[in-house]
Amino acid sequence: MKVNFELNGKRVETDVEPRMTLADCIRDHLRQTGTHLACEHGVCGACTVLVNGEAVRSCLILAVQAQDERVLTVEGLSREEALTPLQSAFRKHHALQCGFCTPGFITTAHALLTEEPEADEDRIREVLSGNLCRCTGYLPIIEAVLEARSAYTHKDDK
Amino acid sequence: MKLAAFDYASPATIEEAVALLASRSGNAKIISGGQSLVPMLAFRLAAPELLVDLKQLQGLNRIDIAEDGVRLGAKVRWCEIERNERLKGAHPLLVEAIRHVAHYQIRNRGTVGGSLAHADPAAEMPGIAITSEAELMIVGSKGKRIDKASDFFKGSLSTSLAPDEILTEIKLPPWLVGRRWAFLEFALRRGDFAIAGVALYYDMVGGNIADIHIGAIGVGDRPLRLHAVEAVLNGRKLDDVAIEDAAKAARESIDPPSDIHAPAEYRRALLTTLLARALRQSAV
Amino acid sequence: MRIPNSYIGRPIERTEDLRFLRGRGTYVADVNRPRQLTAAILRSSLAHGRLRGINASRALAMPGVHRVLTANDFDNEIPRIALRLQPLPQLAPFHQPMIADKKVRYVGEPVALVVAETAAIAEDALDFIEVDIEPLPVVVAREQAEAALLFEEHGTNCAISWKAFRGDADAAFKEADYVRRGHFKVQRHAAMFMEPRGFVADWDGQTLTVWGAAKTAWYNRRLLAASLRLPIEAVDLIEVDIGGGFGSRGEFYPEDYLIPAAAKLVGRPVKWNEDRREHMMAANHAREVECEVEIAARRDGRVLGLRGQIWSDIGAYVRTNGGVGPRNVAQYMSGPYAIENIDLKSSMLLTNKTPTGTYRGPGRFETDFIRERMLDLLAKDLNIGRLELRRRNFVADSQMPYPLASITPYDSSTELDSGDYHAVFDRCLAEFDWKTKEQFSGRLIDGYYHGLAVGSFIEGGAAGPKEEARLVLETDGTLSVYLGSSSVGQGLETIMAQIAADATEMPYEKIRVRHGSTSHVKEGYGAYHSRSTVMGGSAILRAAEQLKERIRALGAERLGCLAEQVMLDGERARYGNRTLRFADLSAFPIEVEAEFLNNKQTWAYGTHAVHVAVDAGTGRVKVLDYMAVEDVGRTINPATLHGQTIGSIVQGLGGAFLEHLVYDANGQLLTGSFADYLMPTASDFPKIRSSIVELKRCPNNPLGAKGGGEGGIIPVGGIMANAIADALKQLDVQPMELPLSPPRIWALVEAAKSQVTTRLEGENGK
Repeated sequence: MKVNFELNGKRVETDVEPRMTLADCIRDHLRQTGTHLACEHGVCGACTVLVNGEAVRSCLILAVQAQDERVLTVEGLSREEALTPLQSAFRKHHALQCGFCTPGFITTAHALLTEEPEADEDRIREVLSGNLCRCTGYLPIIEAVLEARSAYTHKDDK
Repeated sequence: MKLAAFDYASPATIEEAVALLASRSGNAKIISGGQSLVPMLAFRLAAPELLVDLKQLQGLNRIDIAEDGVRLGAKVRWCEIERNERLKGAHPLLVEAIRHVAHYQIRNRGTVGGSLAHADPAAEMPGIAITSEAELMIVGSKGKRIDKASDFFKGSLSTSLAPDEILTEIKLPPWLVGRRWAFLEFALRRGDFAIAGVALYYDMVGGNIADIHIGAIGVGDRPLRLHAVEAVLNGRKLDDVAIEDAAKAARESIDPPSDIHAPAEYRRALLTTLLARALRQSAV
Repeated sequence: MRIPNSYIGRPIERTEDLRFLRGRGTYVADVNRPRQLTAAILRSSLAHGRLRGINASRALAMPGVHRVLTANDFDNEIPRIALRLQPLPQLAPFHQPMIADKKVRYVGEPVALVVAETAAIAEDALDFIEVDIEPLPVVVAREQAEAALLFEEHGTNCAISWKAFRGDADAAFKEADYVRRGHFKVQRHAAMFMEPRGFVADWDGQTLTVWGAAKTAWYNRRLLAASLRLPIEAVDLIEVDIGGGFGSRGEFYPEDYLIPAAAKLVGRPVKWNEDRREHMMAANHAREVECEVEIAARRDGRVLGLRGQIWSDIGAYVRTNGGVGPRNVAQYMSGPYAIENIDLKSSMLLTNKTPTGTYRGPGRFETDFIRERMLDLLAKDLNIGRLELRRRNFVADSQMPYPLASITPYDSSTELDSGDYHAVFDRCLAEFDWKTKEQFSGRLIDGYYHGLAVGSFIEGGAAGPKEEARLVLETDGTLSVYLGSSSVGQGLETIMAQIAADATEMPYEKIRVRHGSTSHVKEGYGAYHSRSTVMGGSAILRAAEQLKERIRALGAERLGCLAEQVMLDGERARYGNRTLRFADLSAFPIEVEAEFLNNKQTWAYGTHAVHVAVDAGTGRVKVLDYMAVEDVGRTINPATLHGQTIGSIVQGLGGAFLEHLVYDANGQLLTGSFADYLMPTASDFPKIRSSIVELKRCPNNPLGAKGGGEGGIIPVGGIMANAIADALKQLDVQPMELPLSPPRIWALVEAAKSQVTTRLEGENGK
């Protein structure tokens, strides 16, 4: 089946079997491998992407279900010239070690802070409890997201 | 864990959806949020030939608050319940219970109808449905019907839905002002399925408990109404003795399962403890 | 006058992050080769049986399926996985064959391999391969050891027993004022790194290139080459970015052979990625230990001896490092305490479960749980304070080097190198504020029982025998650093660049670290046992000295002076007022290779303290405050080390409370997904604090560093159990088993309450 959607700002079209997940479509057909697979059953959050601005588990969405949607992956949230404020905060606080879970945390945190730039520590922990990390023990990730908030509140000042 | 092959359809009307389901004699399944179905497909625990996506169907994602009750369309997502300011006052028990469902990303896709149709005995939505004596609106090739929650849940992952039927809406009875309520669940980690949970509400008439509804999740093969416990409490003051009696009745009226996370004795004791705590909490 | 570099000790931001944060890392699942096919592995669904036959005809008939490989396709004699560590000949019968050969011995054992166009088709084909297995009785517990033999020729299911001995334990026990016995269990759990394993193998007729290597690429290369009957030079293992290892990834598994072998047989590149369900039954399990131990003490609390028996459930085969954990439980039970008389036997029991290997702090997490529990029990029985008891028993710095228990067979002698255990103990108590929190011990506040505990540990690191580094001063003036150490997420590229910058005085920005490919250095060893900083870092120091000599020699020729007169100044060589840029020294790259040899382990050490609140009604335990202090001798990058410490502690908390690989009586693994195998999430343990100190340098390497990074996990089980016992001391609840899950804590409380009731009834009945 043909599926047609927007990926990181560009219109894409590809032919998929109905059984192909959005995660596999993004990784294998569209060659964006920043979205990672660590469980393929909807628990670990490494595959998190944004669909119409909402953080979702791309291993639980069929590619065909993405028809006409707007999809953003970690690549779409990155800039060539420099790290974004969220990414810089992660680096500053050493919020990643092996980096495998990191794209999922970046997309989830971005979605959260975009909607709730005032989110407090409890809310941040609550939201990020849907993403597994085996290396960091989470503390530095929480610190990074807390610091990154200011970049999202300032957006409203325009 | 790649999925096994299936066909896929995304019909524009509910009649088409029903016809598609009927055409495969039980080998077709609905997909909407997919948060319960896709993991099962990933583990190859289910092998439908056809998935019928409700994506294009209109009118199934309304939240209606009216005098005769609260209606939730089957496609209403958990995040929509969370964001609906009016619901907090219109049905606080529902809103509190839904706070415990899964995680952020799942809440953006998972639906009320999906959870009810999936019928996990530890899930919150079926628990609220049973506790509040909800009604479920169903459409199939034989037409429309309404099922009572107490008739809808047949067992673990099993409901009264025929292979060609689609759940379209759930209706919760109206919530009375001044009602007392509590929802308490115990999970090993935040967002996990409950090991056990209790939902309850009652009115106060002349200082006594009236019309108490108590539901339990995680302690049977389906969500349970604890009628025996309700019988012990109706018409009484809520005091320590009443709570003791209620706990005893709860302990004796359930037959919980064992699994790798919790043995039956623990679930039994846990439910009893949660009930007592929920009753105390409701009085505050 | 230039200020010398001092990158060592600074919390430099990591270079790796620039690609990881953008989703630009290259993990093995991101590697693709032209014309590649994908493999899936058919695994045994029975725990024990004789392989009668495999019929793949239906699978082969499926469109997109190219080959189905079984034992018959590989060799007359199926190669076996030889031990990398403690390779005793008596363990040879228990080496795992690369594919099941005549018998299957655990659920998950590879039985066949499908090669197909896509992963989905390969997985589809698995259902169409018929495997005929004649079931045999299943052994899943020590008590059943007689039910069936996994290796009939061997006559027993005990693979080997280690003995840890020191002094004269029997004499010590005879003269002791007090002896306390305990029976302990630690549950099976695992490293469970986030990136599932995978390989891409490509055979071009002459060279076999395999992507997906980790940890011990040089050993693996030798074993793979031998198994495929290829010369070593014909095999190159390449390490790409790695999503965690924790001791488990990178050891040689059956798939390390099967995928390259398939590529060679099929004549096209073959790619394989395990999925999570597979990972749970295929990657090394760890930690399943049972122990009967006695501790002997004088009345004043001086511990005189340890004596007892440990059983490790090691699964169906002895894997490459399967003996390490069981041996460590025995050898390191004394920890940082001066226990002169030890007699511990540690038996490795074969069962029909997934084989085991090392997982962060192997054997140490288990043994510290046992020892620290015993110390608290001893303190209670002797009515001595828990802090005082520990202080009376620490090894003093003046006693070092202090030999630990010896091991037989396979001597693994080691000595504590340096340490001020008292100082770190006191520092931890102070930062934790034990003085103030003490008042909460055992009290019931707002429905929670509060408890405290403290425990000390040692962390062995820097396993020898050596490591290599190759430095190349490129013609553009940059420095390439090639290492035998491998990256397992620990920030290797950054840390080694810091060391290289300080050692060569070159600008940090001009240094690039490359690691973990077998073509990078002649003989590397890899990343394990917290060795990379010490071993790899020390090799860089050696290589840097040689490089500087070469630069001086070349500079001397061009500057017209003697080599000793050449000053090295960042990127330039100077003599008087004449300078020469490194980039202009030679038309060709300047290369040196050096090794660092070391057989002395380093011993980092520390103390952790915790404050918990226990809900006796549900068994839930909240960690209110957790304080960790560790001395690593010398820190290269405090940010990365702190990160590893926190991560390690949280893994320990997972092991203490949540994680459990559960088998049923038929050897079926019931924990098959992340819905069953529970790991800590961001909401579970919010309050963890850690300090790193540099009190005692290590005397045995030029950096003065001790291997760190595993330590955080080691004491966690013991102090959590002790804190719960402290909280519930009114009820005399004594946890002796992990995990400390709510149902288990609740059951202990109920048992304790009914004992109280019985006692009261007994008294009333008088």
